Amino acid sequence: MANSHQLKRVDFIFRNDNDWEKILSSTIKKKPQELINELISSELKGRGGAGFPTGLKWKFCSQEKADKKYVICNADEGEPGTFKDREILSKVPYKVLTAMAVCGYIIGANEGFIYLRGEYKFLEPELNKAINEFEYYCKEINLDFKIKIFMGSGAYICGEETALLESMEGRRGEPRNKPPFPTQSGYMGKPTVVNNVETLVHTFTIFKFGAKKFYDLGVQYSRGTKLFSVSGDTPKPGIFELELGMSLQDFVYEFGDGDTKAVQVGGASGYLVPRKKFKDAAIGFKGKLTGISLPTGGSMMLFNSSRSMFNVLDNYLEFFREESCGQCTPCRVGCQQLLLGIKAVKRGEKPASYLNKLMRLTETMQLTAKCGLGQSVANSFSSIVENFQEEMIY
Amino acid sequence: MDPIQSLVKDLADEYGRKRESLLPILQGVVEREKYLSEYSMVEIAREVDIPAAEVYGTATFYSFLETKPTGKYIIRICKTITCAMKGKNQMLFAIQDMLKIKLGETTPDNRFSLLESNCLGWCHKAPAMLINNEVYTELTPEKVRDILSGYMKQNGQI
Repeated sequence: MANSHQLKRVDFIFRNDNDWEKILSSTIKKKPQELINELISSELKGRGGAGFPTGLKWKFCSQEKADKKYVICNADEGEPGTFKDREILSKVPYKVLTAMAVCGYIIGANEGFIYLRGEYKFLEPELNKAINEFEYYCKEINLDFKIKIFMGSGAYICGEETALLESMEGRRGEPRNKPPFPTQSGYMGKPTVVNNVETLVHTFTIFKFGAKKFYDLGVQYSRGTKLFSVSGDTPKPGIFELELGMSLQDFVYEFGDGDTKAVQVGGASGYLVPRKKFKDAAIGFKGKLTGISLPTGGSMMLFNSSRSMFNVLDNYLEFFREESCGQCTPCRVGCQQLLLGIKAVKRGEKPASYLNKLMRLTETMQLTAKCGLGQSVANSFSSIVENFQEEMIY
Repeated sequence: MDPIQSLVKDLADEYGRKRESLLPILQGVVEREKYLSEYSMVEIAREVDIPAAEVYGTATFYSFLETKPTGKYIIRICKTITCAMKGKNQMLFAIQDMLKIKLGETTPDNRFSLLESNCLGWCHKAPAMLINNEVYTELTPEKVRDILSGYMKQNGQI
């Protein structure tokens, strides 16, 4: 991989063989335990960004005893720089629906929801058409599974699974304490699997081709493929399915404009990698990759030398300040103070050393914020401030 | 029954009168009325049988559930990083110039409201905007003017 600069393009997700009916009917003939083992051995991890092993999630939920369980597809794709889930739902909705039904079969749920962000409301009519056709087929094969769309209304935090559940229950999208995890007590207090759109499509791939085909792609601890949403200063913006584990250097060779100064991996809640660290950074979950390993929901934003990193951070912080649910103090006040703080340093009202204070504030947020939003502000903040301190000050 | 009461009742008949029916009902009122007035929130509270403060608290959490009067067409320009880099301010100026309103305002004829929005999920085709539920991408000031002219003509004005 090191010097080849070749990214391995893969085509599983958008390949449409129109065989979902066959896959669905043959998959639900297998035993749930067998399917769970298949998923676990594929080592598929959640593709929303957090990377929880999908097979385990389904296993835990299947072990719960309850009169009612739910499957929820998280289509509240709000991380800046990601747009892959929209593409999946508009191009291969049947794969998502099939995966939801198989999940329902495995865990013992007969009801599923797609939580669709308000910004994607235009997808609703087509998606409802697909659901109708899908449910018709389920009836034909005597599979009791219903899917409804639940519309969001413009709140980034509802992509956090427990905030999503609160929202579905008619409340403010404020994250819950964990545990209990949704697999134990989710929607309406019932065991619930919440999976990202892309994660579900990967399970379709695994049920179709078997775990080995998926496992053979990628690297240790980061198996399979991933959709990357590429934007910013690139001649090739768009959505690309690539093997996990690629080096950022190779990525920039393929997608850079020849003047790439930094890449934001994982959106505003992810990390900014400066040019000098491209060769040490690999895209995947933490593990035995040498150097820095960067987990991501697939957002890859490229910045060239014409961009001010101060403006980039300023934009992210404004985003977080507005999208913080306001429930816990470290995140609510922290986001406000970080934004005020960097502006004060830039204007010369605070000394450069004030940045260190702000860095300590992000550490506090990382330790004490209730959910991933407040905890992850530190990622972009520290990686930008550490690598581009001069741009923050002058 | 006044129009709001019957709208709320219809929505409750469709989505139920439980707490988990609240978001679809709020969305339904916004879809029709363009915003949630205090009166409509009190009516929803009565219909679903929960405190009005709960309805208000929930509604004000969501950026797409407007609680101030807005125009027939709500323009939402994406202001997040890639759209900002690709010139969303130029789009903003073009719209402000054409509609003679500032950000956050509504035209006197109540047809257009101009707002900014966080990431709309079209970074690869930035800059982007929504007009109600319609998406417009890869905008230029000229394109923005054409799109708006289209909306103005629909309303029999130029």
